[in-house]
Amino acid sequence: MLANRKLILAHFWLAFAVFGVALTLGAWQMFIRSPIGTWLSDPELYYRSLTAHGTVMGYVFPTLVAMGFGYAIAESALEQRLVGVRWAWTGFGLIVAGSIMAVIPIALGRASVLYTFYPPLIGNVFYYLGVVLVVVGSWIWVALMSLNLRIWRKAHPGAPVPLAMFANVAGSYLWAWTAVGAALELLLQIIPVAAGLKNTIDAGLARIFFSWTLHAIVYFWLMPTYIAYYTIVPRAIGGRVYSDSMARISFILFLVVAMPIGMHHTFADPMVGAGFKFIHSTFTALVALPTLLTVFTICASVEIAARLRGGRGMFGWIRALPWDNPMMLALAFSFVMLGFGGAGGLINMSYQLDASIHNTQWITGHFHLIFGGAIVIMYFAIAYDLWPHLTGRELIDVRLIRTQLWLWFIGMIVTTFPWHWVGILGMPRRMAYFDFGDPAIAPQALSVTFSAIGGFILLTSGLMFIVILARGMRAPQVDAGPYRFAIAVHQPKTVPVALNTHALWVALMIALTLTNYGYPILNLALSSGTSVPAVYVGAQ
Amino acid sequence: MSTRDLFTLRNSHFRIGVGLTAAILIVTAIGGFIVLPFAQPWVQFANVWDAICSAAGVPQRVASVTAPEQSKRLSEVVLTSNTLARPSQEAIGRGATLAQRCAICHGPTGISRADSPNLAGQYAAVIYKQLHDFRSGARTNAVMSPFAVNLTDQEIADLSNYYAYLPRLPAYHPTPQLPKPNIVIYGAPLRGIAPCGACHGSLDNKTGSPWLEGQSEAYMKAQLQAFATGERRNDISQQMRNIARAMTPQEIEAAAAYYASQPPDVVKAVD
Repeated sequence: MLANRKLILAHFWLAFAVFGVALTLGAWQMFIRSPIGTWLSDPELYYRSLTAHGTVMGYVFPTLVAMGFGYAIAESALEQRLVGVRWAWTGFGLIVAGSIMAVIPIALGRASVLYTFYPPLIGNVFYYLGVVLVVVGSWIWVALMSLNLRIWRKAHPGAPVPLAMFANVAGSYLWAWTAVGAALELLLQIIPVAAGLKNTIDAGLARIFFSWTLHAIVYFWLMPTYIAYYTIVPRAIGGRVYSDSMARISFILFLVVAMPIGMHHTFADPMVGAGFKFIHSTFTALVALPTLLTVFTICASVEIAARLRGGRGMFGWIRALPWDNPMMLALAFSFVMLGFGGAGGLINMSYQLDASIHNTQWITGHFHLIFGGAIVIMYFAIAYDLWPHLTGRELIDVRLIRTQLWLWFIGMIVTTFPWHWVGILGMPRRMAYFDFGDPAIAPQALSVTFSAIGGFILLTSGLMFIVILARGMRAPQVDAGPYRFAIAVHQPKTVPVALNTHALWVALMIALTLTNYGYPILNLALSSGTSVPAVYVGAQ
Repeated sequence: MSTRDLFTLRNSHFRIGVGLTAAILIVTAIGGFIVLPFAQPWVQFANVWDAICSAAGVPQRVASVTAPEQSKRLSEVVLTSNTLARPSQEAIGRGATLAQRCAICHGPTGISRADSPNLAGQYAAVIYKQLHDFRSGARTNAVMSPFAVNLTDQEIADLSNYYAYLPRLPAYHPTPQLPKPNIVIYGAPLRGIAPCGACHGSLDNKTGSPWLEGQSEAYMKAQLQAFATGERRNDISQQMRNIARAMTPQEIEAAAAYYASQPPDVVKAVD
């Protein structure tokens, strides 16, 4: 049993509670701007809801899941007492305080700037301060992950760091560095304006800072999912990790190339030179590499499980997989969504192809498929897998769990595929309503209606998930035993120092940030006449 | 092994990791800063350094390009949400004295008996911007321009603060309240028309946009038509011209009639 169950449960419960609220808002948004809803007489309400949905789903929910899971990994993979529990609670407290501080101005309509901030739009200063508190809270977790690993290393000099912890710490370092971009944007650019100290803002520079955060944050969201692929799924389905080294190389590659690629979000922005856009585009292509390595390794790991279960033939082993096991199901769904989402991502990262889908519903479809689909379905899997170890009670209703996962998969496909389609047809994103009565877009009404129905399937599945976990708190008690991670076919006895530490890869991550972001940032920071008047939301 | 063994050329992981990363960076940099700029036949570069600077986004001043001639003056007013914030009692008092010359058209209480705009309780930034534009010639009107042309910056600020200070009174000839037409509630998404209230106060107020409740129907209709034809052009970034051009004559009439019939107390108190 895990020692700090309350701490981990607090993170998970807060994460899933805010997820439930944000999911409900999301379904309402899908409905209200579809042909089945009536137009809002106050479109500002839509943007209020959108800001809350994005802020919770982008900053609060995945951060809490990564933190809770991280604490569980630190304790179980390292098999030592978690050091800094009081600090961990402080971090959690900061996230609670920050979330409340951010959500009040959003609810009052004083911060309808969307979670990506969009300067020169400026909302109430407490919204931004709330986001800063959430980030600071998560940085405490980063420090604790690093500290606990350091303590373990001292006690086990030269021993291979367990894969789960190695990946977990890689994820925490990635987050620590990628959050710096948004932190710089908030502290240097937005908060002085929101606090009334300045009334102009360099929107271009602010957008570059945000792109620093905005792509690597996706890989931070992805880390728990990849950790689950490598260290939970093979164990849960009775297999082995095909290659421990390949897993380490994948996480290392994420650390190095997830960071210097964010400017593919600013392809349509004039303040970045085309040469830098090309470099970022190329590095974005490289980030497909660790994903392809992972897909290969996990497929091989799963094949091991199938062959151990008696599967035969070139593809015949697939039938021998334990398809009634929720972990197997979640993995398969996650891979399918990752495949489609990844293929769409290759279009987004291509300078020319991006031009046809930039700022359309395609983009919204893309990141919902990747994050809401491939990533979040594994968050469910992580919660299901950890729950008995956290509560000391069994999750009995496996059939309900399978239904929930199926519904999430179906809902996400039904939501995002039409979304991509209308995006190709040119439907813009961030609109409170569309005039489907107009012949120009009337044919898209059907696709958007399907998409909205998908939203409600997702809502149903999300609420089922919360009900399953809540019922799990009252199920009969069991001894779940110690929490274990998957072991590799060849469990490493020794690991080269480069694959056992993060220093080299963190150094490369920082170096690439400097080469790929240094000049564009300095260029704007040192140029005069690049600021524009701020546009305050909800104030005269 | 310690980190000292890590950051050394003897370590093959270090050599491969750093080498590959540097190689990819160099190759992509050559591609992005040299090969691709020269691959554009429609752009001429003096030399390689010129191409690199262009691809890096170095700001360049092109001396031979002059700003296009404007046949009419454009608005030069810069408005921020701090413009005219927190006026003093003296400023309002000075504004009251100055406003006596406005009363003949705009009414002694800021409520017009003719078809001039009502100014009582209007946002200060609105009056400030319009007076500046009348003075500079960005907006012209046979009656208003001569009044504005001799005003000082101080006088414009005082007048703005005074009228913003006055209580919002009902229109001089109130009409029965009309139901909200669709163009006002929803705008027209496919024509790029936002709901009026998104800027004009009932949902949100964007700095420089007036609230419209109880204004003269004839006045608002005339202004929308002037924006549509381009006769009036002191709106920032053509915001109102783009909207008015996309409105049908019926929508212009419906919007003007609706706002004229509204009492001023429905203006959302955002200030």
